[in-house]
Amino acid sequence: MIALLLVLLPLIGGGLVFFLPRPAAVRPLSLLMALSTLCAVVLGLTLYAGIDSWSFDAEWIQPLGARFTLKGDVLGKWMSMLAALGSVLSVLGSWNTDRKKPQRFYGLLLWMQAGMTIVFLSADAFLFYFGWELALIPAYFLSSIWGGERRIAVTIKFFLYTFVGSVLMLIGLIYLHGLTPDGSFQWQAFRNLELEESKQVWLFWLFFLAFAIKVPLFPFHTWQPDTYEQVPTPVTLLLSGVMVKMGVVAMIRWLLPILDIGVFIWSDVLICLAVVGILYASLIAIRQDDLKRLIAYSSIAHMGLTVAALFSLTGFSNNSNVVLQYHLIGFQGVMLQLFSHGVNIMGMWLLADRIESRFGTRKLSELGGLARTAPTLTIFFVVIALANIALPLTNAFPGEFLQFNAIFHAQSPYRIVFLIGSGLGVILSAIYTLNMIRRIFYGETNSATENGLRFSIAEALALSVVVGLILLFGIYPQAALDFTNEYAWEYVKSIDITRFLTK
Amino acid sequence: MNLLLLAAFWGVLMMFLSVLGISRSRIRLVAQWGMGLLFLSTAAEMQGFVLYDLNAPEMLRVDRYALVLLAILSGCGFLYFLLSATDMAKVGSDYSEYFALIFFVFCGFVLVLSFTSLLMLFLGIEIVTIPLYILTGADKRNLKSNEASLKYFLLGAFSTGLMLMGITMVYGARGSFSSMELVGASGIPTQLLLGGLFLMLFSMAFKVSVAPFHFWTPDVYDGAPTVFTSFMATLVKVAAFAGFFRLFDHAFTSLTPAWQVWAGVLSVCTLMIGNITAVFQQSVKRLLAYSSIAQAGFMMLGIYGLGGVAKEGMVLYAASYSLATIGIFAVLTRMQDYTLEGFNGLAKERPWVAASLTIFLLSLAGIPLTAGFLAKFYMLQAAVEAKYGLAVVIVSVLMAAVSVYYYFRILQAMYFRERSEEVSFPVFSSGFVRVLMLLAALILVMGVQPGWLLRYLYF
Repeated sequence: MIALLLVLLPLIGGGLVFFLPRPAAVRPLSLLMALSTLCAVVLGLTLYAGIDSWSFDAEWIQPLGARFTLKGDVLGKWMSMLAALGSVLSVLGSWNTDRKKPQRFYGLLLWMQAGMTIVFLSADAFLFYFGWELALIPAYFLSSIWGGERRIAVTIKFFLYTFVGSVLMLIGLIYLHGLTPDGSFQWQAFRNLELEESKQVWLFWLFFLAFAIKVPLFPFHTWQPDTYEQVPTPVTLLLSGVMVKMGVVAMIRWLLPILDIGVFIWSDVLICLAVVGILYASLIAIRQDDLKRLIAYSSIAHMGLTVAALFSLTGFSNNSNVVLQYHLIGFQGVMLQLFSHGVNIMGMWLLADRIESRFGTRKLSELGGLARTAPTLTIFFVVIALANIALPLTNAFPGEFLQFNAIFHAQSPYRIVFLIGSGLGVILSAIYTLNMIRRIFYGETNSATENGLRFSIAEALALSVVVGLILLFGIYPQAALDFTNEYAWEYVKSIDITRFLTK
Repeated sequence: MNLLLLAAFWGVLMMFLSVLGISRSRIRLVAQWGMGLLFLSTAAEMQGFVLYDLNAPEMLRVDRYALVLLAILSGCGFLYFLLSATDMAKVGSDYSEYFALIFFVFCGFVLVLSFTSLLMLFLGIEIVTIPLYILTGADKRNLKSNEASLKYFLLGAFSTGLMLMGITMVYGARGSFSSMELVGASGIPTQLLLGGLFLMLFSMAFKVSVAPFHFWTPDVYDGAPTVFTSFMATLVKVAAFAGFFRLFDHAFTSLTPAWQVWAGVLSVCTLMIGNITAVFQQSVKRLLAYSSIAQAGFMMLGIYGLGGVAKEGMVLYAASYSLATIGIFAVLTRMQDYTLEGFNGLAKERPWVAASLTIFLLSLAGIPLTAGFLAKFYMLQAAVEAKYGLAVVIVSVLMAAVSVYYYFRILQAMYFRERSEEVSFPVFSSGFVRVLMLLAALILVMGVQPGWLLRYLYF
């Protein structure tokens, strides 16, 4: 029931908010809906943790064989927690911003959350595709109506990019659907197909392109900096914190287990792309003067690392537990980092938005000296920024460390090159982050920054939650590792392609 | 068969009403009731209630496929009358005759959808197109309307000639007009049969404006009075496609290897030409004309793929495409300014109209939750299994992405831009808006539960 609740609450709540007559009640109501979704997740993690309460299955489009199947495995639970958290943070973070037509704004925001939750939980490919697009349409309207100056051109670019990817994936889904014996879209049926190599080699790209555009992976990333720059911040928060994670989650669930040979064949190419993307995005981030664009490029770099680590997990273990153990911790790193990066980047956006609305600029060159005039902002910013570059004792450190471990143990002749490349990315990210901190918080104050900045209660609350999570998973990552351990072990065994050798 | 009788009767009735000098609002009411009756009688026939049993299986056979499509056509026709019947009065003085002609077109639909003899197909196509030549030129004092009518007539006559030639050659090869393939008609096809087959393929492609036989479409659609463009671009096109599908599904199954690749080539051509040209249009009316060519490309995938899935796809496509396009045209007819700028800021002043238009556009673009998505989905599924299917399907989804660009331009104009001073929006009556929202709701319902429509294909 929990799984259905997680989809229905934001869906119905979004509808209620959308048609609310009084604008004054919008924010409390949407916060209530977001919080109740979060409560449902927490309930699902504690009291109703069994698979029964996380599964839902109903007849849907019979002629097609599509079913409405939700199944919250550990990955699904983990990510729907992030989605619920994201919408709470984005409502809190925009608590004091006045917008025209707030009903529509928050209604669409909640629908977006519903779409993303469907993607994270669905075990039916058709439903998965539905959610994939359902998350996109509200995002498009949100960005185009409430966005920045160049919003119309930028959001259509964003939409077309992701749409091209998703229709190619649709072909892949239709093709696999045609091959299943009972004409179903169930994940299990796809998994049982065990396609031959010649098909997997090209089918892989149909799926991969959709996911790579979403992540986004170099060289499919060009929509992303523009979009993040133009889109209103609560939406950017969800886009970068949760929606781009859809790409990685989709790879984990719909690519690696189903097209395992295809993934293995292309894994070198992909890790190479990801590593090039890390270096490229980091180098550009160093040169950025715009705070939002800097965060956008840093996000490309960090997601690149996650994808590189994920594709390092494929290969032959020859049923040796040692190899599987390496894969296990690598995969746990990926899962941990999915959550951590989501939390960190949401914190970064909250701060960037606050800086822009207070000082009227997000250019690093026009800011300065804030450490003296706005100490609270400085503390929050430095903690979150350091978490972003994975300093020890922050949540990203264990995740990135385990990911490097995975890359180091990849079954590829170039693994040392990959390791060095992605390691360089960490150094570069330290450079641009520290540089950013220096330029915003030190140096001379100017007329804009000398008055400082105070947070409202809602903002302080949102930021405290982010910092709290950073410290929690930074100091005690074992909590997350314990939570994912069993699932991750099953997963790495399932994507191991040794079984194709013995057959 | 109910529909054929009633439509013929109502057409004659409408003709006499014009002589009797009844007021226009009464005429409109009679026409709307008549169309509603057509729908109900078809629905009743699906439940086994037949007014008159015409026992001529060699000529016509009204099967489930024909009935479902006729129900869709007459249902959409009813909604079309509700939305646009008042706008027909603005075209000219022969109000009642316009309705009469449309009812006669419906007679043609029955023949096109239920033929079992090639001659019946030919007759049906003629009964459909001849009234259309008149309707296209109905705006008598407008030069563009006259030009469109003449162009349509000349090219239409030419393609009918091709079709007749094709039918003759098929008759020559098979010795029968039957569109049901003779049992055991295998072996090497003769040149005569193949020649006839391709002539029929091309002439039908012409009727449904599939590239490269589409050149008449933008001019005719643009020149004809907008209310009648709406009718031609939706119901007529869908009916012709359904007949096209029926012909190739029944008559030439064993020859599939000979023509299937060409059907694929035609659909790829249509998708590319329709979508890419639509991107450059500034007038919404012309944009919709190219969009209808582009959508024809997707329907062509059904003919390319054939089979049960394609049949279901055809039904869904007929419904979703007709509903969406009728809705958009009904609004367009009332707009002052047909350019994209004319739609600027519509959402602010007419929120419900804009919201319905959004759903229509999303459906045409093939976004999930709308019927248009499922229709495209079925077509892709049908085509992917065919020879070279994968390449064709990849091209078509890329073109669907192109189509998003131009459909979304209308969305952008309505929602994200400000109204310019000199344009003022028409006042939409509350009844009009309600019907528009009903259309949108139907599209959404079919987008989530297509089974409610498709099950009528089987029982």
